[in-house]
Amino acid sequence: MKYWRKPLDFGDVKVPHGEVRILVERCKGCGFCVEYCPKDVLVMSEEFNKKGYHPPKVVKAGECVNCNLCEMICPDFAIFSVAVSDGDAAGAAGSSPEAAGADPRPPERELRRA
Amino acid sequence: MSTPAEHPEVLPEEHPVAPYIRTDRMPHIWCPTCGIGTVVKCFATALAESGLDLNKVSVVSGIGCTGRVAGYMKLDGFHTTHGRAIPFATGLKLGRPELLVTVFSGDGDLVGIGGNHFIHAARRNMDLLVILVNNFIYGMTGGQNAATTPLTAKTSTMPYGNFERAFNLPQLAASCGATYVARWTCLHIRRLTKAFGEALKRRGFRFIEVITPCATLYARLNKLGSGLDLMRFYHDNAEIRHGADTREVGIAFQDRIVCGKFVDEEQPSFLEMMHEHYRKTLGSKYVPTPPEGGWLHE
Repeated sequence: MKYWRKPLDFGDVKVPHGEVRILVERCKGCGFCVEYCPKDVLVMSEEFNKKGYHPPKVVKAGECVNCNLCEMICPDFAIFSVAVSDGDAAGAAGSSPEAAGADPRPPERELRRA
Repeated sequence: MSTPAEHPEVLPEEHPVAPYIRTDRMPHIWCPTCGIGTVVKCFATALAESGLDLNKVSVVSGIGCTGRVAGYMKLDGFHTTHGRAIPFATGLKLGRPELLVTVFSGDGDLVGIGGNHFIHAARRNMDLLVILVNNFIYGMTGGQNAATTPLTAKTSTMPYGNFERAFNLPQLAASCGATYVARWTCLHIRRLTKAFGEALKRRGFRFIEVITPCATLYARLNKLGSGLDLMRFYHDNAEIRHGADTREVGIAFQDRIVCGKFVDEEQPSFLEMMHEHYRKTLGSKYVPTPPEGGWLHE
């Protein structure tokens, strides 16, 4: 981030880091999360899910600040972010975007629990 | 009031509102870019933050797209007949006064078909939280003209444009005696969540109108683009004016939308007035419903 002057509390404030999780099969491709992500972490992917919609994918995994806006605005309960500690964030930034954006759990597991 | 322990733990791999919605019914039937899911998410978040006992919260819905909410939330719920969500909720509240009764329904259901029930529940100051999801049209039945369709908007029954005057819902609710009146769009997610949290703590007739996009019918028939375009429109044209005069917050077609909290006051609710009146007139003969529940509790 670029600052026109260094904030006085620069040393105290810690920018939180988050990791976006996408439940691909629930997504209906409305694009709200892509439009309103303040850090432009997401883009619409070219791939289809089972229902034929384009889910979003993570392109700037390290830039997520865990603001939860995507989670709040998603009408399909299909995306959320979890906080990661700084050590993990460095790892997430280094990993491939596909790995960070992929559905962390198989859909069968979700059905079984419900 | 319950302890937060009664709110189920959310696993880190699970969506944070998973304990509040029926995940086995997902994906839901609402169209892509419909905003009702966002409203449900905001309500679930407000419930989670409030720390209320979920066994004491119920959702009553009527018919329509928004009528599905009672089925999708993992709370006790009624899916009632068309327009009759408020009468069912009134009965529920009178029979089980310890419950927090929420009415979650659409504009066509609550003020179109059930308009009479709406104004009388507001007049009585019945202890209900009424969340009205307004998409300006009858969505599920095919885009007919609703009581909230703004002038000149096209609907499937008014293909040359609507010439009926529309309801100004905050004014309707406030003039009938609602004690909490607010309007937000489903783009104002944080403020909407805050309003839900605030209204959950109040008593009396609380009314929150939420403007949501209907991409499949309202936007298509009026050539307004997708639901995302309507969200952009709300971003540019929503105007926050807390405490605004409700006579001036009517919505014209593709015009500014005044949002905010318009009314917030304390008034004795129906149950309080009933208890007080009977205590005064009947004295010791009057046995009020115990606070932990009515006879249905046995």
